[in-house]
Amino acid sequence: MAEAPTAPQDHARNGHRKEGLNGSAAATGAESGHGEKPGSGGAGLAGLAGKALGAITGALGNRIPVADLDERDPDFIRERLPGLWLLSSLYFRGEVRGLGNIPERGPVLMVGNHSGGNVTPDTHVFTLAFCAYFGVERRFYQLAHNLVLSMPGLGILRKFGTVAASPDNMRKALESDAALLVYPGGDYEVHRPSWEGNRVDFGGRKGFIRQALRHDVPLVPVVSIGGQQTALFLSRGEALARALALDKMFRLKVLPISLAVPWGLNVGDMLGHVPLPAKITIEVLPPIHLREEFGADPDVDEVYDHVLRLMQETLDALASERRYPVIG
Amino acid sequence: MRVAGQIDIAASPEQVWEFITDPERVLHFMSGITRWEVEGQQATGCGARYRMLMRVGSAEVGGTVEVVEYDELRDMAWNSVTGVDQRGRWRVRERAAGRTHVEFRLSYGVAGAGILGYVSERLSAPTVQNNIRRSLQQLKRAVEHEQLRRAAAERRSARASA
Repeated sequence: MAEAPTAPQDHARNGHRKEGLNGSAAATGAESGHGEKPGSGGAGLAGLAGKALGAITGALGNRIPVADLDERDPDFIRERLPGLWLLSSLYFRGEVRGLGNIPERGPVLMVGNHSGGNVTPDTHVFTLAFCAYFGVERRFYQLAHNLVLSMPGLGILRKFGTVAASPDNMRKALESDAALLVYPGGDYEVHRPSWEGNRVDFGGRKGFIRQALRHDVPLVPVVSIGGQQTALFLSRGEALARALALDKMFRLKVLPISLAVPWGLNVGDMLGHVPLPAKITIEVLPPIHLREEFGADPDVDEVYDHVLRLMQETLDALASERRYPVIG
Repeated sequence: MRVAGQIDIAASPEQVWEFITDPERVLHFMSGITRWEVEGQQATGCGARYRMLMRVGSAEVGGTVEVVEYDELRDMAWNSVTGVDQRGRWRVRERAAGRTHVEFRLSYGVAGAGILGYVSERLSAPTVQNNIRRSLQQLKRAVEHEQLRRAAAERRSARASA
């Protein structure tokens, strides 16, 4: 769903830079190691291609709703809980452990591994579990990819507390004492091949650690398994995405290829798919207080390795509990 | 959705009441309840608040409840303050000397949830009903064992003093 942004930027709409999606891609890509130089889209065929790219980017940028944390609607969420409960309990046979590890109050940054393509069952299961456990009254936001929020029909997510991934939105959420869920791996991780399903892969994105340090909030790792068994994910299609300049236009570094219901061969997963009823298991780990555990000025790389190791070990343990694919 | 259960316990209402109103004992006999913690300063009586959660399906569902009716040795009822809408009641009545009839009622739901709310309430009812049935059986066992334990302790102390 989302990758944690890294640095404060000039904000126009929605906490993103004025150049819209393109600018955000540059900002996150730079720290992730997957990005391109800003503004390089106008090179090559020059003029015409550059203008077309700019127009598409601008149009999509305008579709991203203005960030307003107040759009989260507790009553709306409460009324949707039964539907989420049905989906989570009956279809995905969800199991969420360790919610008691999340601090009862105060801001907290929850960091999850992400699975399931553009239909992310782990998010549904966790949202239900969190809202049922702490009550819809507790502020809970999720950072999402720009494209998710600009898709027609997905405006409903804003009522659940989903906001575009940007440093400004992150700051606002944490300053409002909210619990914030980020998926640093974002689109890169969510489309990993199914045979890498039991691997936590943030693609080197460490922005979430810098943000946790900046706002001095605890990190709570959230590890899930099962999402990558909801379809047969074949490839991220990174080369294809680069060839089609999707990374510049939509911050998309991947154009995933999968076998999924009902499409069969599914390229892009833009319309989503019907997920197979894979059992989703989620484990919430104890909070990591960065300055208490790593000193006054923690080394980001060291923290990153620590968080990733913890999550990978938990994911391995969850994987060892599963006896069959999909069934769990 | 309204679910209920009842049981007869070979104990006095005082002994039963002691169990069901003590927040520290609730987790010992309530099946499916994963949390029952006092919120605030008041631990019992009208106005006491508890954070309660019950595991139903894939989620622990509940919220903060407040005791709204506290009729000593007879009735204790609570309403939800936050979380899922719910109303619960312990009803304790003496049937005969040393026998007490206990009834537990729980109504829950989500107002405005529509057809999905109706379906989820229906589907969750068997789980909640089983939890209530088991809770009452465990309450009976706990109260009656406590009674036997006290009686044995009294016999021991009587023997020791003799």
